[in-house]
Amino acid sequence: MSTVEQDFVQEPLGPRLRHEIATITRHAEHKRAACIDALKLVQKRFRFVSDGHLAEVAALLEMTPAELDGVATFYNLIFRRPVGRHVILLCDSVACWVMGGAAACAHLCERLSVKPGETTADGRFTLLPIVCLGHCDHAPAMMVDEDLYGDLDAARLDDILRRSR
Amino acid sequence: MIETPLTATIQPDGKPLDVTGYERVGGYQAVRKALKMTPEAIISEIKSSKLRGRGGAGFQTGRKWEAVPKRDEALFLRYLIVNADEMEPGSFKDRLLLEKTPHQLIEGVIIGAFAIQATLAYIFVRGEYVLALERLARAVVEAQARGYVGRDILGSGFSLTIHVHASGGRYICGEASALFSALEGRRAIPRARPPRSAVSGLWGKPSVVNNVETLCCVPPIIERGANWYLGLSRSVDGGTKLYGVSGRVKRPGLWELPFGTPLNEILFEHAGGMQEGYECRAVLPGGASTAFIVPESFDVRMDFASVQKIGSSLGTGNIVVLDQRRCPIGLLRNLEHFFAQESCGWCTPCRDGLPWVERILTAIEAGEGKVEDLELLIHHVSFLGPGCTFCDLAPGAMAPLASGLKHFRSEFERHINEKACPWHDTKDAWT
Ligand SMILES: Cc1cc2nc3c(=O)[nH]c(=O)nc-3n(C[C@H](O)[C@H](O)[C@H](O)COP(=O)(O)O)c2cc1C
Ligand code: SF4
Ligand code: FES
Repeated sequence: MSTVEQDFVQEPLGPRLRHEIATITRHAEHKRAACIDALKLVQKRFRFVSDGHLAEVAALLEMTPAELDGVATFYNLIFRRPVGRHVILLCDSVACWVMGGAAACAHLCERLSVKPGETTADGRFTLLPIVCLGHCDHAPAMMVDEDLYGDLDAARLDDILRRSR
Repeated sequence: MIETPLTATIQPDGKPLDVTGYERVGGYQAVRKALKMTPEAIISEIKSSKLRGRGGAGFQTGRKWEAVPKRDEALFLRYLIVNADEMEPGSFKDRLLLEKTPHQLIEGVIIGAFAIQATLAYIFVRGEYVLALERLARAVVEAQARGYVGRDILGSGFSLTIHVHASGGRYICGEASALFSALEGRRAIPRARPPRSAVSGLWGKPSVVNNVETLCCVPPIIERGANWYLGLSRSVDGGTKLYGVSGRVKRPGLWELPFGTPLNEILFEHAGGMQEGYECRAVLPGGASTAFIVPESFDVRMDFASVQKIGSSLGTGNIVVLDQRRCPIGLLRNLEHFFAQESCGWCTPCRDGLPWVERILTAIEAGEGKVEDLELLIHHVSFLGPGCTFCDLAPGAMAPLASGLKHFRSEFERHINEKACPWHDTKDAWT
């Protein structure tokens, strides 16, 4: 973790985010039911859920931090470790595998000098494998942050990387 | 011309109709009609239509709704939950409906909720479906503004709230009882049955879980009747189906076709057959949890009973094609990696067995397999089969493996005897 990132994560949730979380828990049938939504709000602001933030959210939801951590670590889209500015979710499921997904993965690893699961040295990208993205008729497929891409080949991958500053 | 009630209102540009546009093409007429019927009459119509669940298991929708205790038997809250988790590898049909015709789903939710007298509905969407989540949320707000959702819908006295929930992401959330745990803010672990979820589901209350495609079938059935719906089908079950094909075919995609359309028609007419230079070795007919079908059986009708008769299952009806340029053992390793990773870890055979299967397949693929490994794999197939584990994830994982061991026996043996993968050259290849 770079020092910049460390300063960033040690900042508390702050009144606005705490208020947003309180609002969604009020709409939920039981407070804990809002925990995934709450963790996603934290992640939207801080990119991942640090231990400090986890404890704060747990208190707001009347859960123990251990309980909330048990939930947080169960789900694929909740990040408990720092990630880069952009998260690449590359599909590694069967239709993409048939259509050259392994080549797409090798190409990305080479361009970014990372292995799957790692973040680039400049903190720009984290490359994560993901299960089928429901874009199998345009395999191989991936998401960069919230955008879905299909029909990937080397040129298209390079182009997408270039455009994600 | 074949009728396509699921996709009829989808626009050429793929953008969803807003509520006004949807009303203009006849949308929400089914809700108006349904609210004047009794819940029993709706259920009876759905039963006569022979609509079977499109989530994979093919349960009769009418019977599922009927199992919920009547209001005078049990006063408390009950739920209708839409399973929009779509994480079965190779499946992409629900995303199309969610993104392109969200109002039809909402209309189906209202009718389904009225039929079981549920006042709360959750649409459980996988978190990666960002566009679907956006469009659904907007559609719910629009429907609310028009009085189709909310208090006293169209003066009927029936009230319904719809929540759209974005999942934290895990395949097991799609299992109906695990979905309850996920919605309650817990780790998504399946639950023991009995009690049946129709009696005790979300928060211990009567609950029905239905797939997206299933509920999208409901408004047309109510509007035009069970007989019309039955007539659309080429099989004993009613209606149409969103069949899909991915892999090295000329035109991968999705088509709404009569239920029971033969596999070869889908593969060769709609998907255009194989691309130049590729041959079809086998297909997974309905996602990763279905057994391989080989070309000798491609005349099978794609309905629940017919596919079962040849030893596979319809699953999601979204077909993945394996061609001769890819290693069948590699493909099996890919599937079992998925299942091992997505196992929730609750019961021992699945938690320990699936990673073991993955390791054996990885070794065989790398040319480090032994003849005894095949016996071990066969042993796992029975050890993790139906009835041995807490939920259907593990039996689902064994379906392609069992059939792979049968159809690709010689490929397994070649890897072991030659101590190398015959497809080594194509492992990291784009084509
Ligand atoms: C591991 C596992 C994952 C599942 N995933 C889904 C899913 O993503 N979507 C779905 O509709 N059904 C899924 N199902 C099936 C559901 O348990 C359930 O049968 C279905 O949602 C019922 O809806 P239907 O009767 O309308 O088909 C899954 C089942 C298992 C065992
Ligand atoms: S079979 Fe696997 S996924 Fe299902 S409950 Fe057991 S461990 Fe969990
Ligand atoms: S298998 Fe990759 S998008 Fe479906």
